[in-house]
Amino acid sequence: MENSILIKTVDLTKVYPMGGQSITALDSVSLTFRKGEFAGLVGPSGSGKTTLLNILGSLDAPTKGSAEVLGEKVETLSHKKAAALRNRHIGFIFQTFNLLPVYTAYENVEFPLLLLGLPPAARKKAVMDALDWVHLADRAKSRPNQLSGGQCQRVAIARAVVKKPSLILADEPTANLDAENSHHILHTMEDINRELRSTFIFATHDEKVIGHLRRKIVLVDGKVAKDEVIKAA
Amino acid sequence: MIIPKLAFRNMLGAGAKTWLNAVVLSMAFVAIIWSQGLYIGIDAEVSRAMIEAECGGGQYWVEGYDPFDPFTIQDAHRPLTGPLRTLVEKGQATPFLIVQGTIYPGGRIVPVLLKGIDPGQKLLSIPSSVLKTADNELPALIGARMSATSGLKKGDTVTVRWRDAKGTFDAKDLQIVEVMRTTVQSIDSGQIWLPLQTLQEMAGMPSEATIVVTEKNYGPAVPIPGWTFKNLDYLLDDIKSVIQAKTIGSSILYSILLFLAMLAIFNTQLLSIWRRRKEIGTMMALGFSRGKVIRLFTLEGALNGVLAALVGAVYGIPLLAYTATHGLGLPADQIDSFGIAISEKLYPTYSGALVIGTTILVFSITTIVSFMPTRKIAKLKPTDALRGKLT
Repeated sequence: MENSILIKTVDLTKVYPMGGQSITALDSVSLTFRKGEFAGLVGPSGSGKTTLLNILGSLDAPTKGSAEVLGEKVETLSHKKAAALRNRHIGFIFQTFNLLPVYTAYENVEFPLLLLGLPPAARKKAVMDALDWVHLADRAKSRPNQLSGGQCQRVAIARAVVKKPSLILADEPTANLDAENSHHILHTMEDINRELRSTFIFATHDEKVIGHLRRKIVLVDGKVAKDEVIKAA
Repeated sequence: MIIPKLAFRNMLGAGAKTWLNAVVLSMAFVAIIWSQGLYIGIDAEVSRAMIEAECGGGQYWVEGYDPFDPFTIQDAHRPLTGPLRTLVEKGQATPFLIVQGTIYPGGRIVPVLLKGIDPGQKLLSIPSSVLKTADNELPALIGARMSATSGLKKGDTVTVRWRDAKGTFDAKDLQIVEVMRTTVQSIDSGQIWLPLQTLQEMAGMPSEATIVVTEKNYGPAVPIPGWTFKNLDYLLDDIKSVIQAKTIGSSILYSILLFLAMLAIFNTQLLSIWRRRKEIGTMMALGFSRGKVIRLFTLEGALNGVLAALVGAVYGIPLLAYTATHGLGLPADQIDSFGIAISEKLYPTYSGALVIGTTILVFSITTIVSFMPTRKIAKLKPTDALRGKLT
């Protein structure tokens, strides 16, 4: 199971209609991701990184080709099934943190577990464990507007990992952070990757992130230009 | 249970906007209950007063009698026979005889209805016992309105002229022995109450009557030839129509309040969906389906109704309880302008059905208004929402 295939895309294509024209965001992308990978989609803006991440996260569907994520064909999933897949198996980390503003850090991290219907005691333990991983257990009662950008992103990481998902998708997670916070967060994600064996896939053009990747996939104009293993696991 | 829990958190998290909506909606809530309770109270009070003073448990009218057609009154009299006589003898009914007449107070000519009533009757609240007198004078009872319009007071004597059953005019002096205060205008204005037997003799209509009023809760009505039974639904119909018309008038006011509250909720929902589109995208990314997001936002809006009920209860219950126990005073000179038998104090009646009905109405409308803007979410792509776009 260690090297089992988690994601497989075959000739994945995404075309967006734009006025009377169409823009090809992804062009026949065929990739495979295995369990426990710490990989990154790298490339300039408009290269299709976020589009690919969205399809892998079942937030969007391909125009052509197929994307099989955790045994589910994304292109055939209904909205409800896609939501269930995300809820059970996928964690998201966003550039702008996307914390729910009226909730405390604890409640934000608890949110995915509420959807999973975990009992209160199990929920509390999992939330506090997740906040411990990101060293924010003491800020559990703080709301997002009482936290720094780095702390917000750590809460977002705790929220992504609290349900111990098989797949964590991070879209430019350090773009709004300073160097020190970026470094700290990347270490935290590496630790979680080692501890939980979750697959991390980043969309980034931040050199700090690229330095931590074990696999780098370069996208240019929606095509895979390079796919290389940088470091051994 | 997750959606109610989250909706509650979100609603309280919205802070001042939530409270503002709740306060406006609570005003509509309390206004509906207050105004409806007021008219229910008026209806109950007027009906009670009418039943006690005039209608009893229903009335037998001589066939052809129409109180709104003066030409029918002259022939509207008939001897009490059979079952009607039995009812009267058992004390289960009391007869009235109605004769048209004219009085001449202070040199003026005032047309009146002379109404004969049994001075010993106990069925109605008319103080007819004052007509029991050993004097030779013709004792008469009038109401305060009649006293005001005719200028007659207790102890005054006035000449009355009438036409008997054979069409002969006659006249006599009567003496006002009492001026009664009553909220029921229809036993007061333009009327003079005389002892029944005396009026029967004056009019040459021995043992005859125009109306026979039955005791309260009388029924089922026995058909009696020559007489038509008028039940309370018929007798109180005009009053209920007046109250209904006033109720509709008042409903315009609270409809405006309710509309404003709903507009505020609709607007808040619309803004909320626009402002929180990224949050919606995040929720979807975390595993919320569109249906769940719609339910969450609808419930958040609908909870305004619950909060409004709670806010309304804080100031509404004391306010409504105070008005229900102490009543609402009316200026004495405006009471008659209502056209119905209301007293100087109105006591609203708040029933469980009224409160529950209003609550269901407000909750239903709030839920519908809250749901309408959320239909936008049904078309929303998670990726667009995450980017802050609203498609």
